[in-house]
Amino acid sequence: MASVAKIARRTFLIGAAAIAGGVAVGYYYYRKPYPNPLEGDLAADEATFNPYVKIGADNTITIIAPRAEMGQGISTTLAAMVAEELDVGLGQVKVDHGPASYAYYNSAILEEGGPFAFFDESMTAEIVRAGMGVVGKFLALQGTGGSASTRDGFDKMRQAGAAARQMLIAAAAQKLGIAAADLETANGSILHKASGKSLTYGAVAATAATMAPPAEIRLKDKADWKLLGKPQKRIDMPAKVTGAPIFGIDVTLPDMLYGTVKMSPRFWAKPIKADFSNAEKMPGVIKIVQIDTNYGHGFGIIAENTWAAFKAAEAIDTEWADPEYPLDSAGISEVLKQALGTKGSVMRDDGDVDTAFADAPREKIVEADYAVPYLAHATMEPMNATARLKDGVLDIWCGNQAPTLVRQLCANAVGIEQDKVSVHTTFLGGGFGRRVEVDYALCAALMAKETAGRPVKVIWTREEDMRHDAYRPASVGKFQARLGNDGMPIAIDMTIASPSMIASTLRRLFPSISPLGPDKSIVDGAHNQPYTIPNYRVTGVAAPVSIPVGSWRSVGSSINGFFHEGFLDEIAVAGKTDPIELRKKLMAAYPAAVKVVEKVAEMAKWGEALPAGKAKGIAFTLSFGSWVGEIVQVAETPAGIRIEKVWIAADVGTALDPDIIEAQLISAAIYGLSAAMGQEITFVDGMVEQSNFHDYDAMRISQCPAFEVAILENFHKMGGVGEVGTPPAAPALANAIFALTGKRIRTLPLSKELTFA
Amino acid sequence: MRLTVDGQAFDVNADPEMPLLWALRDLMGKTGPKFGCGIAACGACTVHVDGQPVRSCSLPVGEVTGAVTTIEGIGTEGRLHPVQQAWLEEQVAQCGYCQAGQIMSAVALLDQVADPTDADVDNAMGGNLCRCGTYPKIRAAIKRAVVLKTAGI
Repeated sequence: MASVAKIARRTFLIGAAAIAGGVAVGYYYYRKPYPNPLEGDLAADEATFNPYVKIGADNTITIIAPRAEMGQGISTTLAAMVAEELDVGLGQVKVDHGPASYAYYNSAILEEGGPFAFFDESMTAEIVRAGMGVVGKFLALQGTGGSASTRDGFDKMRQAGAAARQMLIAAAAQKLGIAAADLETANGSILHKASGKSLTYGAVAATAATMAPPAEIRLKDKADWKLLGKPQKRIDMPAKVTGAPIFGIDVTLPDMLYGTVKMSPRFWAKPIKADFSNAEKMPGVIKIVQIDTNYGHGFGIIAENTWAAFKAAEAIDTEWADPEYPLDSAGISEVLKQALGTKGSVMRDDGDVDTAFADAPREKIVEADYAVPYLAHATMEPMNATARLKDGVLDIWCGNQAPTLVRQLCANAVGIEQDKVSVHTTFLGGGFGRRVEVDYALCAALMAKETAGRPVKVIWTREEDMRHDAYRPASVGKFQARLGNDGMPIAIDMTIASPSMIASTLRRLFPSISPLGPDKSIVDGAHNQPYTIPNYRVTGVAAPVSIPVGSWRSVGSSINGFFHEGFLDEIAVAGKTDPIELRKKLMAAYPAAVKVVEKVAEMAKWGEALPAGKAKGIAFTLSFGSWVGEIVQVAETPAGIRIEKVWIAADVGTALDPDIIEAQLISAAIYGLSAAMGQEITFVDGMVEQSNFHDYDAMRISQCPAFEVAILENFHKMGGVGEVGTPPAAPALANAIFALTGKRIRTLPLSKELTFA
Repeated sequence: MRLTVDGQAFDVNADPEMPLLWALRDLMGKTGPKFGCGIAACGACTVHVDGQPVRSCSLPVGEVTGAVTTIEGIGTEGRLHPVQQAWLEEQVAQCGYCQAGQIMSAVALLDQVADPTDADVDNAMGGNLCRCGTYPKIRAAIKRAVVLKTAGI
């Protein structure tokens, strides 16, 4: 692996870290804590101990869980971290998302942003990881992504709970005149067993909060955990079964107006003609305004209700300029294929691949071309945001995965300082990476400039949402392997070409910053897998297509999991090796990976004979620090291929909430299977062809297989959970279909070649 | 026009072409039913009209003749409908956005079929999309709701 000096020269791109753009701050600044954002906004009789804990005199305990709750259960698990150390039950606390603040920066989101595999614990890799954590703090990006929230919060949120508890005990000791060592805590009270005296946390909170935080924080041993490691009732469940107004789309304010947008269906193109005359005359329509942001150009329609806005948007007569990218999917594919032949960035280069292939006999070579399409996120809740600009102060209500970015970019768009912007983050009706973007907030903020201080709730139609996404990029791969006499691969050479999502993200968020160095996401999931192959090269090429692309659940691994694991299955077949045995041999240096594959094989009874018309396929991907193996069983039925059952084994290092983790693994697998079965975003005349769920559907309940999940904790570092079930789903399905039909499908979606029951 | 929603009467001044969903959400303050697609393809907006499940995003408000029931009218946090109770006990929801529609479809199913088969569930719930993939738990919750309803909870 590369040395630090070599890496510095290469200046690899690390997602949002590239956004740093010239931020240079010293060690002192890194060590210095950010101010506690709760201090400015306390209720009477409320005290705060740190950015995560508030306690009222009436013993109301509020925990701040500052990550986007988009279904992954993060608000429950983060609250449990604080509650565990504060020694309170989850039923006893209120959980809030809290304000946008740099105090809530996510350092773990960038830790794996370097060019190292998760299992690489060389000194170089560790130095870069630590450095990336520091970059995370410099950037102060309050973001939810990279399956990083529990890893980021695990130490600091437990410490926040423990520090508050120690301060409360110290204050009680003072008040009771009893040594702190003789006091215990339980259920939000401090007790002195010998005398029977007790005080609630609330009774001493005000005094405790003025005390110096402890210099040394003692955390519980894992063996003493009461909440962590055990399934918790989700704190958001009661609201979600009663239809409570918890989403951005439910925000209701006095005197509120409604709106929608009609943005150019050709990305970046401006309107060359626009006639509002019919639209403006429609009942309920108040105003139509032009919208120009770094996301593109178009119009905002302000009305008395959403329906009036939707109707008026349809009635605007426009023509748009030509696109700057190829007009249709065939043209885009051609650019990607051409990019495969241009110079890329070698992200893994073990042994000597060129020499290994130079004298390879023809019959020992396996070759394949793979391709995957653009994909939309299609969250259930269409994009929306509510904004109010009154007396120079902007308030924005929306579900989002990056509150500090929303604050910064909306302040810029409206032309006010960031401290005049408040971001109120709601629950998200699905995220999957879509709400890392800020376009919905920018549109609402700009429309709020036109309403004389009245709030405006701007809801996109499903059609606007589908046609204005930051898509999962399309990607193509050209792969070659040389087999040895034992059927095992001696050499693998993979070249992958795809538009760069980092470059695309910078254009939307920080257009003044030029991307530098290779984009790791192009090869993520292919170059960093725990396989030992003597000659092993993975090259990524950024293809010049400027359709907006971004983070889609599991990002690069959603593409490269399919490429790598599909190709490995082909190698197993060509070398007449069982695909489980092939993986176990190649993974032998990584015992955590071997155990995952053994476990999932055992669960699925791999190797036992199946009735005619049924078959299984396996895939494995290490992503976001978790090692995941999936086996899919398919059956031939008169109505088409049925996905009968999916077995998942995942090593997450430390499992903080087994029920939530199981739900996430199943969720992520279904997300991956939905895409593999039938989803694609295609282009005609520079515009997205799909528009709604009739032509961009997902798995329905009748198609849903049975699941069996095992959670392992063998590896010594904690992994992520929200995305890691997605990458192996598509290849396990395609490999099962090959086993069933003998048909090797290398281009997604599979529905182009067959029908699913 | 006059509508009865969750047992309460509303005088609504709306374009009769306006879908019931937007009349409920924007004019009557009923945000429980959700907007997902606008073409009756995802089920997030499901409400009952005279006990029948309908996609309120595609039903013009002027054509509504019966009593409307939304997720807000079947139970409250202190007194949940057995289907909501089952959803809570099975911890079904993830993002939760589609769940109001899922629950309303399930309530209508169990009103019509006391103990539905898997095929009945597939038929009744096939129009309700969930992007978080909560389907295995929805199946389990419907089975649990059957038991809760039989027990009179």
